[in-house]
Amino acid sequence: MKTFSKGGVHPAENKIAANAPIEVMPIPKKAFIPVGQHLGAPAKPVVQKGDTVKVGTLLAKGESFISAHIHSSVSGKIEKIDHWMDTSGYKRQMIIVGVEGDEWEESIDRTPEIVREITLSKPEIIARIKESGIVGLGGATFPTHVKLMIPDGKKCDVLLINGVECEPYLTSDHRVMLERGEEMLIGVSILMKALDTNKAMVGIENNKPDAIAHLTSLAAEFSGITIHPLQIKYPQGAEKQLIKALINREVPSGKLPIEVGAVVNNSGTALAVYEAVQKNKPLFERVVTVTGKSLAKPANLLTRIGTPIGELLEKAGGLPENSGKIISGGPMMGKALTQTDIPVSKGTSGILVLPEEDSTRPETLTCIRCAKCVQACPMGLMPYHIALLAAHQKWEETEKSHVMDCIECGSCQFVCPSARPLLDYMRVGKQTVGLIIRNRGKK
Amino acid sequence: MSILKVSGSPHIHGDQSVSKIMLGVNIALLPAVLVSLYFFGLGALKVLVIAIASCVLFEYLIQKYLIKGENTTGDFSALLTGVLLALNVPSGLPWYMVIIGALVAIGMGKMSFGGIGKNIFNPALVGRVFLLISFPVQMTTWPKAMVSRSSLFFNGIDQSLLDSVTGPTPLGQLAEHGVIAQPDYISYLMGSMGGSLGEISAIALLIGGLFMLFRKIITWEIPLAFLGSAALLSGIFWLIDPSSYADPLFHLLTGGMLLGAIFMATDMVTSPMSRAGQIVFGIGGGVLTILIRIWGAYPEGVSFAILIMNAFVPLIDKAFKPKLFGEVVKNG
Amino acid sequence: MIGVKSDLFQRFYNFVTPSNEYQKRRIIVNNVILYAVVSLGAISIAAAVILYFIAQKFKVVEDPRIDVVNEILPGANCGGCGFAGCRSLAEAIVKAGTLEGFNCPAGGSDVMNKIGEALGLQAEESIPMIAVVRCNGSRTNAVAKVQYDGPSSCAFAHSLYAGESGCPNGCLGLGDCVTACTFDAIRIDEETGLPVVSDEKCVACGACVKACPRHIIELRHKGKKDKRIFVSCVNTEKGAPAKKNCAVACIGCGKCVKVCPFDAITLTNNLAYIDYEKCKLCRKCVSECPTGAILELNFPPQKPKETAPVESATV
Repeated sequence: MKTFSKGGVHPAENKIAANAPIEVMPIPKKAFIPVGQHLGAPAKPVVQKGDTVKVGTLLAKGESFISAHIHSSVSGKIEKIDHWMDTSGYKRQMIIVGVEGDEWEESIDRTPEIVREITLSKPEIIARIKESGIVGLGGATFPTHVKLMIPDGKKCDVLLINGVECEPYLTSDHRVMLERGEEMLIGVSILMKALDTNKAMVGIENNKPDAIAHLTSLAAEFSGITIHPLQIKYPQGAEKQLIKALINREVPSGKLPIEVGAVVNNSGTALAVYEAVQKNKPLFERVVTVTGKSLAKPANLLTRIGTPIGELLEKAGGLPENSGKIISGGPMMGKALTQTDIPVSKGTSGILVLPEEDSTRPETLTCIRCAKCVQACPMGLMPYHIALLAAHQKWEETEKSHVMDCIECGSCQFVCPSARPLLDYMRVGKQTVGLIIRNRGKK
Repeated sequence: MSILKVSGSPHIHGDQSVSKIMLGVNIALLPAVLVSLYFFGLGALKVLVIAIASCVLFEYLIQKYLIKGENTTGDFSALLTGVLLALNVPSGLPWYMVIIGALVAIGMGKMSFGGIGKNIFNPALVGRVFLLISFPVQMTTWPKAMVSRSSLFFNGIDQSLLDSVTGPTPLGQLAEHGVIAQPDYISYLMGSMGGSLGEISAIALLIGGLFMLFRKIITWEIPLAFLGSAALLSGIFWLIDPSSYADPLFHLLTGGMLLGAIFMATDMVTSPMSRAGQIVFGIGGGVLTILIRIWGAYPEGVSFAILIMNAFVPLIDKAFKPKLFGEVVKNG
Repeated sequence: MIGVKSDLFQRFYNFVTPSNEYQKRRIIVNNVILYAVVSLGAISIAAAVILYFIAQKFKVVEDPRIDVVNEILPGANCGGCGFAGCRSLAEAIVKAGTLEGFNCPAGGSDVMNKIGEALGLQAEESIPMIAVVRCNGSRTNAVAKVQYDGPSSCAFAHSLYAGESGCPNGCLGLGDCVTACTFDAIRIDEETGLPVVSDEKCVACGACVKACPRHIIELRHKGKKDKRIFVSCVNTEKGAPAKKNCAVACIGCGKCVKVCPFDAITLTNNLAYIDYEKCKLCRKCVSECPTGAILELNFPPQKPKETAPVESATV
């Protein structure tokens, strides 16, 4: 069975919500819709306080090259445009909508029939994806339409669909593949058309045998789509690692996947693409896994963007007394949240609650040079060294140690027997070195 | 609800810790310790207890009164140094020499650099080599296995006892009398040859090595490169002239070769970080060992070889970095 | 022992009064000595010649005054002057031939005057400065709502989240400024969790100013008898959210701007700022501030009816 070759770790999977079918989350009373839910420049609001909006109404426009549109996930009146805490840990601009009823834009096709025939042309598909504000739903939230615009001189010969979901606990992609498999595969076909390629490979880790079997039987009806079980190893869902695992090509350092003729999209994104292109439905809801060993009812919830996570936790049985940490995303790469009124955004793949005893990091000890971080790094870096350089602010050497290649997967810190904050310092290094490089570019 | 915690990802941690690793190495050494107790009896017990107790005590005292830091003896690394030091000396070594060895190992070899993780040389080997140079007679007086199980404990090495209860090590014989005509491989494997506490039984050491490989405490690179290069080099000499050079199997099974390659060269703190660097380190150790055994003044060279290679680790780390992902030379 | 001594003596005796047998040996010995002296002497002469030429070739002609200036400088290499180290500053001063635009914050005007004397130049009059921490979000003023669990690095915590109190501009209290300070002049107060600058030790080199990821620390006039008035807040949020996170936040009400008779206070982004060039330390703004965000240091206590900032803020 295939996997990527370098590094990787095996955290306990804990996929406790794997058997919980997707449930529809009730519409919140108030939706907090951030204007910056994607990688790149935040979108500019096009509505004002007091405006009436429907589900699917454009709220904010992504104007720069890397940006995405934001649509309303609820119908009602715009209460205010203000700063509100989001998953970044800071307050960001949000459009706050007071919910009245559930009235959708007429253009959205709400019928349950699955539309298989792709009528739109390639540029129309990309335009529709852009209009619908679709971004990568795996967590990186890179605008999908930008990914689909292949630069001149490059050719995409294979589309890779990421159904790996290597993060422990998270199960939203798993459930999407199981329950919305056919729609997802139509989405894949649409993406193939947009990319001018006739080959698509779906990589799924072997801990989801039901999804593999289901999609394999469905894929027989789709030309060019093949399903590939992969060995279980974190971080297989990282773009470069998935490319290495599926087609054994190494994306050169500092380059994008298209350099080796591949484009990677998440399985959840494929579903969103289907809904946007075939049903004209903008991206305003997504499946969020609400999980944690201490939760009464771990669940996979189809949630409107802007719903405060506190309401999701209530749906999953309430936040337990002894909770020590709430994480947006998985335990390896997720962000720890500071409060429960932070809203779900396009990149929220899961909400994970850790009990207090699992929330504290082990005590940091001296590095014993065991080289476990070096062995675990999927990018072939020397985390112990980079972290040390960054902690001592030796930025030039930090840059030379290829800190910018770090994908922040956390494998190094996970395995470190001395529990050193390796990734924390590497992040500082990445930020500072990134700033230095950008300033250099300006001069 | 209790107060929420905020930290950077990852939010979960693997189950390995420094103390677990050190404890694992200690457990891996258990077969060798048991074999030494079986063959050398109370003499071995005495050396073991004194070495462990004094190593732990010295680390505690130095940490408390000189470095003025937290007590670090709980991570089992001082215990490990003690065990390794004991396994590297003959069972008849006088008690005060063991203590001196422990003081040098912990004080000079480890704490003078700032404690665990910062030392350049393997502490136990620093202690051992110090003893070897300072007390060459006692350090090369090898009590015979089985014969001396209890008598040494009470009497120590007496001049009158010397001939009756001590015997040469296979390597000593090799150095003094040339190639042994019919080496007794079975006894080398099982442990009934002369030697330091821990180097007598190849099987016990191999079991420990496999345990550590299984628990991912060590990787295969260093032991394999060490033993492989030693076997290769000694094999070349043996093929050239079997009458004056011993065969590779003899070299692998005797002396501290296995103990050194599996337990001492793989010491995390004093070995290189990258895979390529570890292989270079292992090859250097293996080659130096054989060169010292053949041409050196001492019959045994593992300790010196490892210490010499320890000194090269910073250089190796600089020269051999892991291969970067995506650092592929594109061909067409 | 006697045997050894007598043996040595015998040798020495034989050496000075040669007998036939020892004569030979002596000649050999003499030859050895001769060889050694000649060969080593030759090597040393050759080495001396090589060294001489190398020294000539790589000779750096350096203005001797650089050394003089370098001697006067404190040698802390703090970088507060804007140069890489003390010697770089010395080189720059000597090269420029003037003291204008140069200042050694660590040494102060004493050092600059001495350099002026040594070089025969006029030193600029510099007003003593000091680092000022513009945040009063102590553990009681800005109560922690979450608990940080990570490395003691403000740079990292700043990238992670707003802070334990929720104030996105406030001090994180993890001591990047302490690490940056080479003069041991700044420390984190155990009780408040905020950095405290020592009036005596701070030389205003600006290292902490650069180290703080939130630009909380500023170099201001030290003031006569260390008297200073400043807005101890850098929060740019609107009044209500700012006040929610911290009891002594500047809420941008602008009362201080109106009361200031010297136009020293400006209000931008919901935040008041006192210009230390214009401020005459009249103390009017201090009692005017409704949240107690304006701090006065080293003044005699004001009229008794004035309540402490913390208490007034919690009303």
